[in-house]
Amino acid sequence: MKTTDHLGRPIVAVTGIGVVTSLGQGVTDNWTALTSGRSGIHPIARFPIDHLATTICGTVDYLDSSSKGASALTLELADLAADEAIGASGISRSAFDGPLFLASPPVELGWQDRLSLYASDDEEQGYQRLLKVARERLTARVFEDAQFATIADRLADKYGTRGMPITLSTACASGATAIQLGVEAIRRGECERALAIGADGSATAEALIRFSLLSALSTANDDPTKASKPFSKDRDGFVLAEGGAALVLESLESAKARGATVLGVLRGCGEKADDFHRTRSKPDGSPAIGAIRAALDDAGLGQDGISYVNAHGTSTPENDKMEHLSLSTVFGDHLKRMPVSSNKSMIGHTLSAAGAVEAVFSLMTMREGVLPPTINYDNPDPAIDLDVVPNVKRDADVKTVLSNSFGFGGQNTCLVMAREPF
Amino acid sequence: MTANDVVITGIGLVSCLGEGTDTHWSVLSSGNAKAVFDGERFAPYTVHPLPQLDWSQQIPKRGDQRQMETWQRLGTYTAGLALADAGIKDDEALCASMDMIVAAGGGERDTSVDEAILDASLTRNDRDLLVNEKLTTELRPTLFLAQLSNLLAGNISIVHKVTGSSRTFMGEEGAGVAAIETAAARIRSGQSSHLLVGGAFQTEHPDMLLGYELGGYLHRKRWKSVWQRGANDGGGVITGSGGAFLVLESRDHAEKRGRTAYARIDAVASGRARRQDTDFAAAVSGLLRSLPDVDGTELVISGASGAHAATGAERLALREQGSHAVRAFSTLTGHMKEAQFPFAVALAALALTNDAAYPPFDPENETPASRSPERVVATAIGYNRFEGAASLSKA
Repeated sequence: MKTTDHLGRPIVAVTGIGVVTSLGQGVTDNWTALTSGRSGIHPIARFPIDHLATTICGTVDYLDSSSKGASALTLELADLAADEAIGASGISRSAFDGPLFLASPPVELGWQDRLSLYASDDEEQGYQRLLKVARERLTARVFEDAQFATIADRLADKYGTRGMPITLSTACASGATAIQLGVEAIRRGECERALAIGADGSATAEALIRFSLLSALSTANDDPTKASKPFSKDRDGFVLAEGGAALVLESLESAKARGATVLGVLRGCGEKADDFHRTRSKPDGSPAIGAIRAALDDAGLGQDGISYVNAHGTSTPENDKMEHLSLSTVFGDHLKRMPVSSNKSMIGHTLSAAGAVEAVFSLMTMREGVLPPTINYDNPDPAIDLDVVPNVKRDADVKTVLSNSFGFGGQNTCLVMAREPF
Repeated sequence: MTANDVVITGIGLVSCLGEGTDTHWSVLSSGNAKAVFDGERFAPYTVHPLPQLDWSQQIPKRGDQRQMETWQRLGTYTAGLALADAGIKDDEALCASMDMIVAAGGGERDTSVDEAILDASLTRNDRDLLVNEKLTTELRPTLFLAQLSNLLAGNISIVHKVTGSSRTFMGEEGAGVAAIETAAARIRSGQSSHLLVGGAFQTEHPDMLLGYELGGYLHRKRWKSVWQRGANDGGGVITGSGGAFLVLESRDHAEKRGRTAYARIDAVASGRARRQDTDFAAAVSGLLRSLPDVDGTELVISGASGAHAATGAERLALREQGSHAVRAFSTLTGHMKEAQFPFAVALAALALTNDAAYPPFDPENETPASRSPERVVATAIGYNRFEGAASLSKA
């Protein structure tokens, strides 16, 4: 059996997946909810909503760490997803022996900690006092929570991944970038397998306020489950959410040799940065177009090579318009035969985790032959002519998926996944 | 020598010593380089401040400058120096196809908003409400973008039009190590032909100092060289503002456009020593031994931070490896966190291209070199975790 691709590189298989979102923990529960068209969006309960323009979210509120700050929750989300993925792959949970690529949010010292540090002394003011407390007291736990490398280091300890783990951020494309880094490492022949994780438990009041100040969030607070409405005419922003997903990436050769179940293939990755604006895309969509084309080229597929698009589909006016423009430019008439749906209509935008979460759902889409719907599609945007799989799931024979991830800072990363190696 | 050798064709440097490769080489090779530091502003901590920079030299649009705080400006500025040095800066096609890996921490928080909340918290019990109230009314929208880790890369794309790809690695020194390791691996394997890699660190902000001091890592007494900071004087780290960006190319790509390289990166090694449980010095030693001909490499550009355990382990490991002329540049520049390893690699490349070792930066603790370098090792042993080292040779 052939184990190299059209460019002679090792084919990269996926042999394990795991996921946690507001819809639940584990692939099975998530898939059931997702294909039932259920929304995980709810009123914010984690912190007071006074003064906030947006009072809804897709936070993960049911875990031990849900109230313990962004760092602890991000770690738990990553950990649960990794445990499921590695467990499913049949590889040792304590000796994974491949590199770890973690997409996670830049986690700062949270207000809970900042304020309790401040309250623990009464001399000096402002940062002077915080520094004095840091100097004079034991603050090791707080220190570790605010180091960007901590989460990956702990995961590396637990799962016995190889070498120094990489923690990365490409904003809302981070999860896809983690996968891309794993694919590239296997293609370079550095390893037989890699663990790619995207996790984000950073939906704090401050994070929400910051996104609000950029007018990025939906304020459709009255009916939370209806707030995320990608491709609808009345879409008004994304819904801040949390989640985690992990993929065990493995050379097809290695997967076959140990008799592992191949869940799908990471066939191509593409990226292209945008130099137009910090939060807005170039009006002609050329960077997103470039990223999609790069992914198709990398996968060795043409305009007619994609069965289904797992859209970035954030439900912001700007993204959905631009995503449609780029898809229609790349695929032309083929787009009419290509369903395009947005998982974010149900789980919201899981930020650093999104690319990984949606890759897991893309693989499930192919394996199960079921397209998850775009829910809340009650008021179609006439300027966006897409088959969004409105409101109800649909059976389909899906051989290949394009999964898009676009982010602030001009980040555009696209993944092409396939059901079969060839 | 192969077509996919990883060569350095552009270097951008900023530290308290000044800006650019010429300035850094002339100061550091002079034999009487003096540390530039400020022990007053953040007392009891000493910092190495940024030099005077004219931002508009690399960030011409005022509007772009306004969208950033100092950290992003510094990184974008330093990246511009590297691109100009490589002769790529105004080549639209080369920039548009250029890959990028940035090692980033976070940007500056709004000190006055933070302090207003801290202050008000003393007289209120509804802390969560207080946070909502103050942040919704007092945060500036642009500041969020100025804080985002990946927006340094985003600004480099906007200002310098580097748009082939854009990846941001996080995680203190390890981010810089991984950035260079990944960049070199991509070029060596043919995944990339030319790549911008580096980072910046802006320490002149109390939150940036807090990031170290929560772990007890900062030196709290008067300035001393990296090798002379006592355990009774705090955690041993003196920080500095600065940045280092490199343009890496395949030999083939550089030759085709007629560029002379500074040096070749032969190997990059990274590690995750379990410092509590194992012999840390032995782990560093193992990392160094994985590089080609470490025993025969005299000059070592050390990124030692001054943090006691890490600096001690590195010193011990280097002694065991034989006789090295070690140059711990943080003595003069301060520790630059994510930019530390790129800075070390840049200084190693400068020594190779100038065919000379640096004189000791701390003559009491560093021995003179006996010959001009054919090969140089650069290190960054993380103050808290992760270790990296690279071996460079003449291009």
